[in-house]
Amino acid sequence: MTPPTTRPRRPGPVGRRWAVVGVVALLLVLLVASVAVGSRSIDPATVWDALTAPDPADDEHTTVRLLRIPRTALIVLVGSALGAAGTVMQAMTRNPLAEPGLLGVNAGAAAGVVTGGVVTGSLATAGLWVYVYAMVGAACAATAVYALGGALSKGSNPVRLVLAGVALAAVLSAYTSAVLVSFPEVFDWFRFWDTGSFQGPAADVLGPTAVLVGAGLLVSLALTRSLNALALGPELGRSLGVHPRRAWLGSGAAVVLLAGSATAAAGPIAFVGLVAPLVARAIVGPDYRRLLPLAVLLAVCVLLASDVVGRLLVLPSELEASIVCALLGAPFFISVVRRRRVPRL
Amino acid sequence: MTTLPEIPDTATTAARLTGADLTLRYGDRTVVADLDVAIPDGRVTAIVGPNACGKSTLLRALSRVLTPTSGVVRLDGTALGDLGTKEVARRIALLPQAPEAPDGITVADLVGRGRFPHQTFFRQWSDDDEAAVQRALAAAGVEDLAERQLDELSGGQRQRVWIATVLAQDTPVLLLDEPTTFLDIGHQFEVLELCRELNEDHGVTVVAVLHDLQQAARYADHLVVMADGEIVAEGPPADVIDAPLVERVFGLPCRVVPDPVAGTPMVVALGRRSR
Amino acid sequence: MRPVTAAPAPTRPARTRTRLPRLHRRSLVTGAVGTVLLVGLFLLGLMTGSTTLGAGEVVTALGGGDGSAILWKVRLPRTVAAVVIGASLGLSGAVFQSISRNPLGSPDLIGFITGAATGAVIAIAVLGAQPWAVSLAAVVGGLVTAVVVLLLAHRRDGAPGYRLILVGIGAGAFLQAVNQLVLTRTDGQMAIAAQVWLVGSLTAISWTDTLVAVVGLAAAAPVVALLARHLVVMELGDDFAGQVGVRLQGVRIGAMMAATGLAAAATAAAGPISFVALAAPHLVRQIARTPATPFALAALSGAVLLLAADIVSQSLPAGIRVPVALMTGVLGGLYLLWLLTRSRWR
Repeated sequence: MTPPTTRPRRPGPVGRRWAVVGVVALLLVLLVASVAVGSRSIDPATVWDALTAPDPADDEHTTVRLLRIPRTALIVLVGSALGAAGTVMQAMTRNPLAEPGLLGVNAGAAAGVVTGGVVTGSLATAGLWVYVYAMVGAACAATAVYALGGALSKGSNPVRLVLAGVALAAVLSAYTSAVLVSFPEVFDWFRFWDTGSFQGPAADVLGPTAVLVGAGLLVSLALTRSLNALALGPELGRSLGVHPRRAWLGSGAAVVLLAGSATAAAGPIAFVGLVAPLVARAIVGPDYRRLLPLAVLLAVCVLLASDVVGRLLVLPSELEASIVCALLGAPFFISVVRRRRVPRL
Repeated sequence: MTTLPEIPDTATTAARLTGADLTLRYGDRTVVADLDVAIPDGRVTAIVGPNACGKSTLLRALSRVLTPTSGVVRLDGTALGDLGTKEVARRIALLPQAPEAPDGITVADLVGRGRFPHQTFFRQWSDDDEAAVQRALAAAGVEDLAERQLDELSGGQRQRVWIATVLAQDTPVLLLDEPTTFLDIGHQFEVLELCRELNEDHGVTVVAVLHDLQQAARYADHLVVMADGEIVAEGPPADVIDAPLVERVFGLPCRVVPDPVAGTPMVVALGRRSR
Repeated sequence: MRPVTAAPAPTRPARTRTRLPRLHRRSLVTGAVGTVLLVGLFLLGLMTGSTTLGAGEVVTALGGGDGSAILWKVRLPRTVAAVVIGASLGLSGAVFQSISRNPLGSPDLIGFITGAATGAVIAIAVLGAQPWAVSLAAVVGGLVTAVVVLLLAHRRDGAPGYRLILVGIGAGAFLQAVNQLVLTRTDGQMAIAAQVWLVGSLTAISWTDTLVAVVGLAAAAPVVALLARHLVVMELGDDFAGQVGVRLQGVRIGAMMAATGLAAAATAAAGPISFVALAAPHLVRQIARTPATPFALAALSGAVLLLAADIVSQSLPAGIRVPVALMTGVLGGLYLLWLLTRSRWR
């Protein structure tokens, strides 16, 4: 008789509830911090005044309303998008190391944008087309990495997918750099964008980003039950009635919408989509109906924290959020890899 | 479906699930060619045969997990390909060999996922679903394990939980791919007894791929013997299993005698070196 | 009891003519072709640049005639550097792949090259160091990264396998972020210098930098040559090699230090150049079909590849200026993707 395995116990239902409450509390703290902290620190009382009784002559109020709030809102959107995209990618590939940054989907979006810029001559006036370029690039990269990584073949080892993603990301970012080096007019626009930062003008991109991210989140939510069924393996999933092609198309659409719009708004950011779903899974377990929303919340927390830390670490200048995410996320990635057995999704 | 299917009143050998002219391939390797099969309704059928004879492949084709290169699988007269995916899932359930589950999943969560074909985006979890899961847990004898994590259970308990999962699908036809292969002898018989119970008390048509000829002979009403992608014999075990067949299909010189408990055919190998 | 039959009378062994085995011959041919290719590309490299020179003009320039300044100050260091750095990277990749028994165990994928870059960037941007100090910092950075990655990837139950690659990928990502962090903490000329340096390029490479690479190759290549025999035997498995008398730990450590030094010196000279260390050994192994890792041929093919990549990057239409590292990044990455599609390799 096989002895029962001793695995670290997940928190019970009561522990889970407290953990979720804790995450929400953390989120609120970070939201306040994101508005209050910066090269000029603004205390929460002033923040409150700026929101409720704005004084147009007050510099601090202006900073809050025109800079900090839109920036925070953008971070929330981008974080949600990356968290959801990472969850969906991990679910479909059943690979705990999958996420849009590491697997080159974000790099594809970036490559799409620069290619669009070169082809059409200018990105400054491109407006909403930037999103289209980004999503086309993300779609191409996602298709390539799924196909090359053997995500569709049964029993392929999880490393292959990561390697395909890393190779693809390397190729695409070399391509993107090459284009930027050769076409200075694209580079100028890019300076505010490709850095994976939130330093540029956030307010203009909020609208389209919100719409696309919202659509992507809806599609992801609709997929959760199918993801639950597919987690039991491709055969049982099919036998339970999941239509494989529809599931792949649906998840592909969700990832493209989410990763594409997030990258179009803030440049390529890696590791957020990796960390959030894995931590969420450790808290609430493998049911995607609960995992996905918590992963979204956690991703927003991670990105907010990274951005805030980035603002504080190298005063008076700023460190881009993507760099902080990499500094925090890479060790996390290594710790996942070092576990005796890579978790089965 | 809100109630389990009724026990058929007459012993019927009509077949709801049939395959005609099936050719099944993996890539360019043909496993089964031009095979006809009819699964008798309301009975327990066992598919046996040597390794790599196509048993699992046939089972997967019957459950629509594998699409035949040519030929047609029919359920209640309609080709499987013409039925919607969920429609098929509500009528046929398949438990694959060595199924996988995500780490840390609880029994209740896993069995609940068997209700997928009965749910839609707008009707996520209903009382019917709850009742079906309870019934499935009870039928498989794992109600008290509901809140436990799957990883903590023994092999036999885990297999029963998997059976509960496919039971929760509430289908009249249940296909099991080698359900006893990784279990010790006690648990093997547990699973086989459960199959008979499902069939006799709840009227489920059970088709199981089994390795052990004895067990197949004791627990099945209908036996299908395969070799090299073809059906070489089918019928009631007592009529099918004899020494020449076993020697031909498995390469095992033997004597077939009645099982002392059940009277069904029991294969005793002749052997050269045994004491 | 069966009757024991008499053993057959021993016959004299048939005389066999000694003939070079087919495989060995193939690698000799590959080597010869490769050398010819290298010489040809070298000449082509001297001819290519912002102004194209003819072959005759090159010869006169070498002798001291017209254009000798360009040739001696710009093109010759560039082509020599391409050969030396390419050879270093190819050799380094071959050694790592042999030790890790994994075709993907190459210093660019497992973060060692990024680590060397980190060392150099810190030296340039934070310490404002002299070139020789930068090179030293690069070597230190590479070695430290190697040690850390190997420790993190170590498994109690034997060879690290894929875990090494994954840990290396994580380390590489971390160190890239560190590089960016260092850049933002410095400003002005030093930051720009470091930024430019971080994209590996052979354009305007000086003789000093080339010398660094030459020293690295000259120091490490003999070590590898000495250890090559042992490494080849080790590819048959630790158990077999151990009982045949190979000093496993010693050979492994020595080879890894040599290989890391090669990659680090190459990085110190020209900045991080990826995928040559991965692709060169693979490519040549496919062509020559040697049963064991071909070290010398890997160095040769690395030189050929980098030189070719540099020539291509210099020949692009005016206005499109692509540093050689981006060229190898795109081409090498595509090659890696192609490698991954071959279903035999999982």
